[in-house]
Amino acid sequence: MSDLTRRSAAELAAALADGETSSVELTRAHLDRIAAVDGAVHAYLHVDAEGALAAARESDERRARGESASRLDGVPIAVKDVLTTVGMPTTCGSRILEGWVPPYDATVVARLRAGGLPLLGKTNMDEFAMGSSTEHSAYGPTHNPWDLERIPGGSGGGSAAAVSAFAAPLALGTDTGGSIRQPAAVTGSVGVKPTYGGISRYGLVAMANSLDQVGPVTRTVLDAALLHELIGGHDPLDSTSIDQPVPDVVGAAEQGATGDLRGLRVGVVKELTGEGYQAGVQQRFDETVALLVEAGAEVVEVSCPHFVHALAAYYLIMPSEASSNLARFDAMRYGLRVEPEGVEAPSAEEVMRATRDAGFGDEVKRRIILGTYALSSGYYDAYYGRAQQIRTLISRDFAAAFEQADVLVSPTAPTTAFKLGEKLDDPLAMYLNDLATIPANLAGVPGISVPAGLADGLPVGFQVLAPALADDRVYRVGAAVETALTGRWGGPLLDQAPALPTTEVAR
Amino acid sequence: MSDITRDEVAHLADLARIDLSEAEIDKLAPQLAVILEAIDSIADVATDDIPPTSHAVPLTNVFREDVVRPGLTAEQALAGAPATEDQRFLVPRILGED
Repeated sequence: MSDLTRRSAAELAAALADGETSSVELTRAHLDRIAAVDGAVHAYLHVDAEGALAAARESDERRARGESASRLDGVPIAVKDVLTTVGMPTTCGSRILEGWVPPYDATVVARLRAGGLPLLGKTNMDEFAMGSSTEHSAYGPTHNPWDLERIPGGSGGGSAAAVSAFAAPLALGTDTGGSIRQPAAVTGSVGVKPTYGGISRYGLVAMANSLDQVGPVTRTVLDAALLHELIGGHDPLDSTSIDQPVPDVVGAAEQGATGDLRGLRVGVVKELTGEGYQAGVQQRFDETVALLVEAGAEVVEVSCPHFVHALAAYYLIMPSEASSNLARFDAMRYGLRVEPEGVEAPSAEEVMRATRDAGFGDEVKRRIILGTYALSSGYYDAYYGRAQQIRTLISRDFAAAFEQADVLVSPTAPTTAFKLGEKLDDPLAMYLNDLATIPANLAGVPGISVPAGLADGLPVGFQVLAPALADDRVYRVGAAVETALTGRWGGPLLDQAPALPTTEVAR
Repeated sequence: MSDITRDEVAHLADLARIDLSEAEIDKLAPQLAVILEAIDSIADVATDDIPPTSHAVPLTNVFREDVVRPGLTAEQALAGAPATEDQRFLVPRILGED
């Protein structure tokens, strides 16, 4: 039974189509796996066994009638807790939303349900997606399945840990500065940040609207493409949604898997390698680039001189947008309400202040204060205005680089997973994890992280970036890297992960 | 530019409607100073002729037909409220005592 959880979503979909298994059987297998390992990993904040099994039964009935709601009909999935779900709490990893059950589904969640995918539950995250380690969750950190004493990345450490612990075949994540790609890198899984606007943000609790993007979290590139195809495309409920067909990402993943990259020009971004990157990370990156050459790609070095300022621009734009977005948590219409101590008949404003102090964690407060500062009069031009100009310069760097290359590549994160607690009191050190992922968010371009091997026994990620709307290219190159490397390793990287301690499951 | 005082943090917390404790302000002020120092590097990067970018993908206003479509019921909208009365959000007093 347990081997069902080791298979890819594409394999599970094929097994369902062949009648080899049922959705109920494989949903149950994943619920059992969650019960067995999640005590140690803590990828989930909420597990909905009953709801998942009910959806699985419907899927099996549909199949018995000879119908199918999508290619992934019946394959279960986990959802990051920043996406609204009817019937399941949506906390965003924050006390201020503890127990809140939204009255509406995010568009991507509605598309999963319409596609027949049973929802296993909601995954852990840094509070309001602010962090690179999942340690800023109000409900305790998620542990990296490769080493339980280490971080699973963030903010979407829960989704990445769920798929890499085989506690879900698929998951949804969100990426504002790297929150899908960096967790994928440090857990040996696959994560895609699509083109900004390529997948609906309706029902995604906003941190920084101009940067936030929903995307797939999986173990294989093809699975990510299948999920992307299902959730992508125009949504009239999101005014920033792109009204164009989703690129043929599944076809691109299949093409890439043939391992032939002849005619493709690959640009190595000079500013995203070398100094500041762990030696083992750099080594795996260089080896992977050599594999691209073997596959027929032409590799050139490109320079994006303004990328060195991306982190600074990001840490002005993101907190500015976050500070205004999080103003909605005012203790009036939903969420926590705390009355200040020792105040008789407190005013709405006093209740608001007390609630926001009690309900928000340290990192959220830090970013709200930083954003309030950057937007305040007298500083606006020097900070927020300047940061928006840098954004222009970074987009121009990308445009120039994409004149010379079809895709750009870099290590996904500068280091492998660090120890839990190691960077908790040094916000700036924590922010540096997103060095290589942030430029894509500022420019709105798509990116993927695929496993590139191990450094000192821990996973390393390889990032591929493409021009806006050319998401298919990251799938093609990602799949080619995957094919070449799994061929060398004799199987997926996750096969090398140590076995997790399990809890006995009584059924 | 990167210096941020304790008083400034207290003022910003006030603007952001967060009742920070003294201990929290003591912890936040030096952390923010470090972050701001790192951010200051961008001050001289862009000259005034560089236009700002608010969104990576060019956007125009999106309109829809002005027709009634299903929305939340009052019951759904109030379901998560901390307090309700007569199908309305019940909130603490808005005005001061005097």
